[in-house]
Amino acid sequence: MSRRHTAASQGLAVCEVCGQLASLEQHEHCPRCQAPLHLRKPDSLARTWALMLAAYVLYLPANLLPIMETRSPFGTQHDTIMSGVVVLWDTGSWELALVVFCASIVLPMLKLFSLTYLLLSVHRGSHRNTRQRARLYRLLELIGRWSMLDVYVVTLLVALVQVQSLAIISPGPGVVAFGAVVVLSMLATMAFDPRLIWDRAVPQTVPSDTSAASAEEHRHA
Amino acid sequence: MPTAPLTACHECDLLLQPVALTLPGSRAHCPRCGARLYSFHRDRLEKILALTLAALVLLLTANLYPIVGLNIQGNYTETTVIGAVRHLWQDGREALGGLVLLTTVLMPAIELGAVLWLVLPLWQGRRSPAFAPVFRAFRLAHPWAMVEVFILGVLVSLVKLAHLADVLPGPAIWCFGGLMLLLAALAGLLDGHTLWQAWDEAHPDDGAKPA
Repeated sequence: MSRRHTAASQGLAVCEVCGQLASLEQHEHCPRCQAPLHLRKPDSLARTWALMLAAYVLYLPANLLPIMETRSPFGTQHDTIMSGVVVLWDTGSWELALVVFCASIVLPMLKLFSLTYLLLSVHRGSHRNTRQRARLYRLLELIGRWSMLDVYVVTLLVALVQVQSLAIISPGPGVVAFGAVVVLSMLATMAFDPRLIWDRAVPQTVPSDTSAASAEEHRHA
Repeated sequence: MPTAPLTACHECDLLLQPVALTLPGSRAHCPRCGARLYSFHRDRLEKILALTLAALVLLLTANLYPIVGLNIQGNYTETTVIGAVRHLWQDGREALGGLVLLTTVLMPAIELGAVLWLVLPLWQGRRSPAFAPVFRAFRLAHPWAMVEVFILGVLVSLVKLAHLADVLPGPAIWCFGGLMLLLAALAGLLDGHTLWQAWDEAHPDDGAKPA
């Protein structure tokens, strides 16, 4: 068999469940684990677009509506994501304020923009920056979860601050939208098939001597 | 020279001839896109089992004990994860409560339970029944188990409450902290390639199919 080819160009599909390589001509299901075989994730681009656009739409209420309502004898105070960061900054913990700012405001935005960029570059059939784009996708998979931070903070505050005479905290509508943004953008990332990045870039970027995998590396040391 | 069957990179689809890794802790990466392919560890299944069992114990205790206690002018409140979820539920935020319960309790439990189900028989050289569906459950649950994010959330809550009242960290914080470390170590050891390779080498028990 010729080296430096993709599996798809040989009519081979990688099983999404167990990683087994199987010929699509002979098998509809993986011979090892019986999962249905596909060359690429089915309807990857359409699904990613749909989930991502839904996340964009919910991003507005997530940031504009209050995520937390504090009722006390002095009145009711509404907190949005941003005002929560400001309060944290003012009460002395600027390090933690920075962490929350990154997790709740920078990351969701960065994630949606990066995913849009990846989708557009695949649609354009771009050959450039393939390795960087692959790395960007891996980064997206890693960081998406950290945006759940504010959901947990609201959950804990709601459970703890329940003193009738002093203060009662209840969740606002914004936190539901915010949780939905996190879930939708995670689902969108999962729906995207990173192999699409490479499909347009074959074969000039394939290293000629390889196919015999690959760099052996120490994790430590 | 015997050659292993070809594989393909799951992230860029490049056909690859696998090389045998011999150094403990070494990792193979795809030469084209840099994706992690597989790694080599000594006594891997034993280590996975040990970590999984320890993590299950910590997950259980983390949910039995309160995470944080709060003393506001003599009014003492404390909460467990389940208690916090119940509050959200009572406030009419069922979806939110469900999300929190799913990501901090159910998904870690499913992930760890699935690993135990898969690895314990493999370690004895057997294949567990329903291997493929359970493996799928493990893969599905993995990205949604967010213990490490939850720990950071607890930390932020502690700081936010500290200027309001006396905050008392509960025993569950330490359990969740330990759980976070164990899950991180587990993620470094565990990959689909390893499990399926062990499955290939195991005796097919009473003709059990993976499906």
